Amino acid sequence: MIDTLRLTAEEAMGLIERGEASAAELHAAYLDAIRDRDGELHAYLRTVDEADGGGVPIAFKDVISSRGVETTAGSKVLQGYVPVFDSTVAARCREAGLPLIGKTNMDEFAMGSSTENSAYGPTRNPWDPERVPGGSSGGSAAAVAAGLAPWALGTDTGGSVKQPASLCGIVGLRPTYGTVSRYGIVAFASSLDQVGPMTKTVRDNALLYRIIAGRDPCDTTTVELPQPVELPEREDLKGIRVGVPKELNEAEGIEPGVKEAADRTIELCRELGAEVGETTLPRSVEYGLACYYLVAPAEASSNLSRYDGVRYGLRVEGESGVRSMYERTRDAGFGDEPKRRIMLGAYALSAGYYDAYYGQAQKVRTVIAQEHAAAFRSFDVLVSPTSPTVAFRLGEKAENPLAMYLSDVLTIPSNMAGLPGLSIPCGLSEDLPVGFQLIGPQFSENTLFHVGHALERAIGFDVVPGRLQ
Amino acid sequence: MAITRDEVLHVARLARLELTDDEVERFTGQLSAILEAVAKVSELDLSDVEPTAHPLDLVNVWAEDEPRPSIPVEDALANAPDREAGFFKAPPA
Repeated sequence: MIDTLRLTAEEAMGLIERGEASAAELHAAYLDAIRDRDGELHAYLRTVDEADGGGVPIAFKDVISSRGVETTAGSKVLQGYVPVFDSTVAARCREAGLPLIGKTNMDEFAMGSSTENSAYGPTRNPWDPERVPGGSSGGSAAAVAAGLAPWALGTDTGGSVKQPASLCGIVGLRPTYGTVSRYGIVAFASSLDQVGPMTKTVRDNALLYRIIAGRDPCDTTTVELPQPVELPEREDLKGIRVGVPKELNEAEGIEPGVKEAADRTIELCRELGAEVGETTLPRSVEYGLACYYLVAPAEASSNLSRYDGVRYGLRVEGESGVRSMYERTRDAGFGDEPKRRIMLGAYALSAGYYDAYYGQAQKVRTVIAQEHAAAFRSFDVLVSPTSPTVAFRLGEKAENPLAMYLSDVLTIPSNMAGLPGLSIPCGLSEDLPVGFQLIGPQFSENTLFHVGHALERAIGFDVVPGRLQ
Repeated sequence: MAITRDEVLHVARLARLELTDDEVERFTGQLSAILEAVAKVSELDLSDVEPTAHPLDLVNVWAEDEPRPSIPVEDALANAPDREAGFFKAPPA
């Protein structure tokens, strides 16, 4: 009998290597766990019955194309869409022998921070089913936290891997932009979208990143990693310079319990031998959110123009002619959040407003990149809470888009600069997990894994939600 | 910065969205609040700053022009709502 609740991917690999469990038995054990616990959580949109491959099973956020398995991006407009090709990350997982166990729920088109924007109903947080798992990769986060998958892939545009990892008490990496292929990922904002691993441990995260990262001829924005991915071993932080950006740690809206847990972890960095100092990102945090909510919707308004009822997905017939068919298909197919962002983007790009909105936001993006580069002249990593709050209640922010957007205020600035960020669980507040964000310069994933692993060992966080023990 | 009902209808037309009256009402208020928040970027004087479109310093990524197998027509049409004689079929323009 395999207990999936506590099993890490690395341990699951050990079971297979030692002949103690077959890939098929592991797959079946996770399907059993899904049958037991996913009725309440709704982490999965669909599962795959047979293990295709000899390794540890993996779950994909439903924005990742998988040949022959329906892929909806959480939207009615793609209901019934079955990709005829694998995304590059799906192909790499297939080559590595990882059987797909299922596709996980998400905010429609990855637009949201709670998974409540899914057209197929919300996912619930395994720590407290009255609360959201975060988003947009909330299904993947909940699946890993509840032992319904040993590991999973999510995607992160403004914080959609880091924030749900934080709210569900697991480890999530948003990799350096360009290190993981976007080929076959349903596009939201192409200059920001990145696929990232969501796991129970930092070592699992490094193992999965090693499988998916690297240049892909099908995505010309990808690059080869400058050095191979190293599995972290070291448990001290000697020689590491940790910067504490004032604005990320004192931002309005950070809950006291979150601040306390993050401050304790910063103290722990010092105890493990790191040099810790204060630093500043004066305009990145103050202007980051506004910059993001111009750039991302502008790119989304262009990317989502493809849903026109002609080549795939939903079609709603119009009164006459193709234009009426387009307009009805799109009104019926998209939920509120994609509609808001498409219109916001179209407005920011329209004649007369382009320079003031989109053009200005692109310049703010330069300022954000410069401020981070300046901080990295003195520090190896920057740290802060990942999310200003612990998991919030379902429905709490559903009617107020701006309040929801503030969930990502701490993850967005570094995302705008294309920087990698790792969220690790660092403690509890109100019996709910708090995430600690580590940000590094481009291509510094090995440093993030080292620091994350050392902290993880020292913190000793129990990744199994109390109510499931 | 408030957006008017007419502007919402104009943007919806640009985006090919046929909104219901309820949606127009709801989005006019919500988009006004969002636009007011994002207009914050205009507080900064950035006249001497270059824009960033992309976070990596990549310019002109070339590839050899080599033919590769492509998706068969049958597969390409597999998800189409309507088709005829090996083509996607759409209502008249």
